[in-house]
Amino acid sequence: MMAGHLLEVRGLSVDFHTAQGAVHAVRNVSWHLDRGETLAILGESGSGKSVSASAIMNLIDCPPGDIDSGEVLFEGRDVLKMSDEQRRQLNGKRIAMIFQDPLSHLNPVYTVGFQIMETMTTHGVSKADARARTLELMERVGIPDFGTKIDAYPHQFSGGQRQRLMIAMALALKPDILIADEPTTALDVTVQAQILALLEELQKETGMGLLLITHDLGVVAEVADRVVVMNSGEIVETGSAAEVYRNPHHPYTKKLISAVPGTGGMAASLGTGIRPLLDVQGISKRFGDFLALDEATFTVLPGETVAIVGESGSGKSTLAKALLRLIEPTSGAAFYDSRDLVTMPPKELFELRRDIQMVFQDPTQSLNPRMSVYQIVSEAFAIHRDILPKDRWQGRVRELLEQVGLDASHMRRYPHQFSGGQRQRIAIARALALEPKLIICDEAVSALDVSIQAQVIRLLRGLQERLHLSYLFIAHDLPLVRDFAHRVVVMQAGRIVEQGPVRQIFEAPQADYTRSLIAASLHPDPEVQAERRAVRELRREA
Amino acid sequence: MLSFLGKRAVASAISLIGLVILVFFLSRLTGDPTNLYLPVDASLESRERFREINGLNDPLIVQFFRYAGDLIRFDFGMSVRRGEPALDAVLRAFQWTLWLALITMTLVTVAAIVVGSLAAFRVGGIFDRIATFFSLIGASAPDFWIAIVAIVVFSVSLGWVPTSGTGTVWHWILPVSVLFIRPFGLILQVVRGSMISTLSSAYVKTARAKGVRNRPIIFVHALRNAMLPVITVIGDQAAGLLNGAVIVETIFGFPGVGKLMIDSILQRDFTVVLAAIFVTAVAIFLMNILIDIFYAVLDPRIRY
Repeated sequence: MMAGHLLEVRGLSVDFHTAQGAVHAVRNVSWHLDRGETLAILGESGSGKSVSASAIMNLIDCPPGDIDSGEVLFEGRDVLKMSDEQRRQLNGKRIAMIFQDPLSHLNPVYTVGFQIMETMTTHGVSKADARARTLELMERVGIPDFGTKIDAYPHQFSGGQRQRLMIAMALALKPDILIADEPTTALDVTVQAQILALLEELQKETGMGLLLITHDLGVVAEVADRVVVMNSGEIVETGSAAEVYRNPHHPYTKKLISAVPGTGGMAASLGTGIRPLLDVQGISKRFGDFLALDEATFTVLPGETVAIVGESGSGKSTLAKALLRLIEPTSGAAFYDSRDLVTMPPKELFELRRDIQMVFQDPTQSLNPRMSVYQIVSEAFAIHRDILPKDRWQGRVRELLEQVGLDASHMRRYPHQFSGGQRQRIAIARALALEPKLIICDEAVSALDVSIQAQVIRLLRGLQERLHLSYLFIAHDLPLVRDFAHRVVVMQAGRIVEQGPVRQIFEAPQADYTRSLIAASLHPDPEVQAERRAVRELRREA
Repeated sequence: MLSFLGKRAVASAISLIGLVILVFFLSRLTGDPTNLYLPVDASLESRERFREINGLNDPLIVQFFRYAGDLIRFDFGMSVRRGEPALDAVLRAFQWTLWLALITMTLVTVAAIVVGSLAAFRVGGIFDRIATFFSLIGASAPDFWIAIVAIVVFSVSLGWVPTSGTGTVWHWILPVSVLFIRPFGLILQVVRGSMISTLSSAYVKTARAKGVRNRPIIFVHALRNAMLPVITVIGDQAAGLLNGAVIVETIFGFPGVGKLMIDSILQRDFTVVLAAIFVTAVAIFLMNILIDIFYAVLDPRIRY
C-alpha cells in the first residue's frame, strides 16, 4: 500500500464560480511529498499556491469552489473520494496546518490551552491527558512560563509566540504532514529565523513531511528540499531548491528570481557639505511610562533616501508620525529648511505639510473606497486651495497618473478596481499632487508581491531622479533597503543603535543588533543560506 | 472591574438626577397642576386649598427640592386616584412587566441564536431562506395588528386561549407570543449576519483544519465571537419591553407598567407617572451595566 508517496496530488483543477463567471484557481496541478521532506510551493498572490492545500484540508467551500478533476492521494487513498467525516478524522490528526497571521487564526475568546487541547479532545484524547500534553508541547515550542500561560488568551502573547502556539496546536497529535501557509510572513526577521529553525527541528524529531507555501525565495532557500513554482494557477517549474535558483527554465521563474531584492549594487553616498533638507535633533516620544522614541537624531539630504529599519515595536512608525506631528513629540526638534517642525504653529504647519507627504503600507486601507481615483488625487487641491484653479485639476490628475505609470483614462474608477500594486501607485500619485520635497514611505511596499515591489521601487527611484525628491523609507525588509537606500538608520526599542551609508551598514555593521538583523535576513540563494546555516550551527556548538 | 462598576453607577446616578429634573419641570410646564389633578369645574376655593396642601404656592425651586428630598427616601407621594403610595402601584405593575419581558426575551434569545446560527451555517440554503423570509415578516409586522388578529383567531374563533387578563398560564401565551415576533425577527437577522462573518473568519478555518466537528464550530468557536453585536441589540429590545409594552399590555389588559402609565396619564395621576418613569429608568440603567458585564465575560480582550 505504501509503494507511492506519503501525499500525492495528481492533475488537480479547481474552479471558483463567481458573479463574473468561473475562475480557474488551479489547473492540472501535480506534486508529491514524502516523509521527512520539505516541499515548498512558491508563488505570488493569486498564483493559486494555497489552493491545493485547501483542497487537501477540505477547506474549499463548494459552492462557490468546485474541484473539477484530480486526485489527492494520502497514503495511496484519494481523500477527495472520502466522506466529510473521514476527512475530518484526518484533519489535525494525520495532516495539520498552520497559517500566516497567527493572531487572526487563533480564536480570541478562548484560552490558548483550550485551543491546543481541542486538537486532541476532538480526536478522542481525554481532557486530563490533553492538558498534560499541552503543557509538554508549550514547553517544547519554547513558551516561557507555560504553566500559567496555558490559561492566557491569544492577545496576551507576542506574534512569534502565537505562531509557536499554532505549531504546538498543529503538532499535538504528531501528524504525518504539516502544511505551513506563509508561516513567517507576518513576523519580524529574527523571529522568522527562530520559527523556521523550530519547524526544522520538529521535523527532524517526528519525520513528518512539511509542505511550505510561501512567496519568499529566502524562506525556500532556508528550508526547502524541493520547490514547485506556481503562476496563474499552473505549475511552471519543479525541482530541487538549489537547481531552480541556479538554473531556472521558465521565464516566470527567471523574472521572479531577478526581482528578489538584496542582490543588486548599493548606492553611493551623496556628497558631503550639502545642507540637509530635514535635520532631526533628539526627538523623543513618551506614552505614559513607555518611551517609544528615545532621542532620535539624523538628517535627510535633498534627493536622498534614508531608510529607517527595525522590527515591530522599534519606534520607526512613531518617528514618522512625530515628524508629521500626527502625534506630538515629547521633546526634541526637527528642522525642515531651518524651521522647527516641533514648535511650529498649526497654520505654518498646514502650509508645510505640502512639502512633506506620506505613503502608507496598505493601500487598500489608506485609500477611501468610496472616492474615485480622480477625487483621491485631486483632494489635495481641494484642501490647499491656492495651488491650482479647479478647471486645471483634471489635467493635473491626468499628468500625475501618467507619471506613476497608470492609465489616465481610469481616473473615474474606484480603488477596488485596481490591483495592490496599482493602488500603491495611486497613493504615490496622491502624495505627489502637492509637489512635495520629502515623502515618508511607511512600509510602502511591504504588502506587495516581489515583482510588483520591484516595479514600485523602480518608480520611486525614477521619480527621485526626475523631481529630486527625498525619501524617508521606513521598512523591515533589509534586502530591499540595501538596494534602495543611500543611508540607513537602524532602530531598536525606540533607540537608534546605528546609522551610516548603506554600504557601511551592510558590509561592516558595528552594532550587535544590526549584525543579528543582517544574519537573520534570508538570501534567495540556497547555497548561500546553506553556508550561513552551517556557520550558525558551528557557532551554536562552540 | 469593580472600579468600572462604581464609575458606571455614578454615571447612571447622574443621568438619573438629570432625568428627575427634566421630568419634574416638564410636568410643571404642562400647566397649573390644579388643572391636571382637579375636575374642570372645581371651585377657586378648592383649587386654593389643593395648592396649600400640596405646597404648590412655594417657589418652584423649593417644590423641586422637596420633591427630590422625598425621592431620596423613595417617597414618590400618594397616587391621587388610587389612594396608595405611587411607588407601590408602580412596583406591583413592574413585576408583571419584568416577568413578561424576561420570559419573552429568554425565548427570543434562545430561538434567534439557534435559528440564526443554523441559517448562517448554510447561507442561501433552504433553511436560511425560510428563516430569513419569516424573520423579515416578523421584524416588519406591526404588533398591534398581530395582537388583534391573534385575539380574533385564537381567542374568539378557536377559543384556545383567553382574550385578556391574567391568572393562568394560558393568559400569558398570547402576550408573550405577540411580543416575541418582532425582536425575534430583528435579533435573528443580527445573529445571522454576525455569524456569517465569524464563520468565515480565520479562526474557524483553523478549527476546521484541526478536525473540529460542525456543531462545536458553530456553537463554540463562531457563536461566542458573534454574540457581541447581538447582545447590544438584545439589550435595546429588552429596554423596549421594560419600558412597558404599552400597546400589547393595553390590548391584552395585562396589568404591567405600560398599561399603568397609559391609565395614569389618562387619569392625570402624575405621581404614578413620575414613579413609573423613575423605576423603569433605574431598571434600564441596571440592565445596561449588566450588558457591559456580559461583554467582558464573553470577550477576554474587553477589560474595564
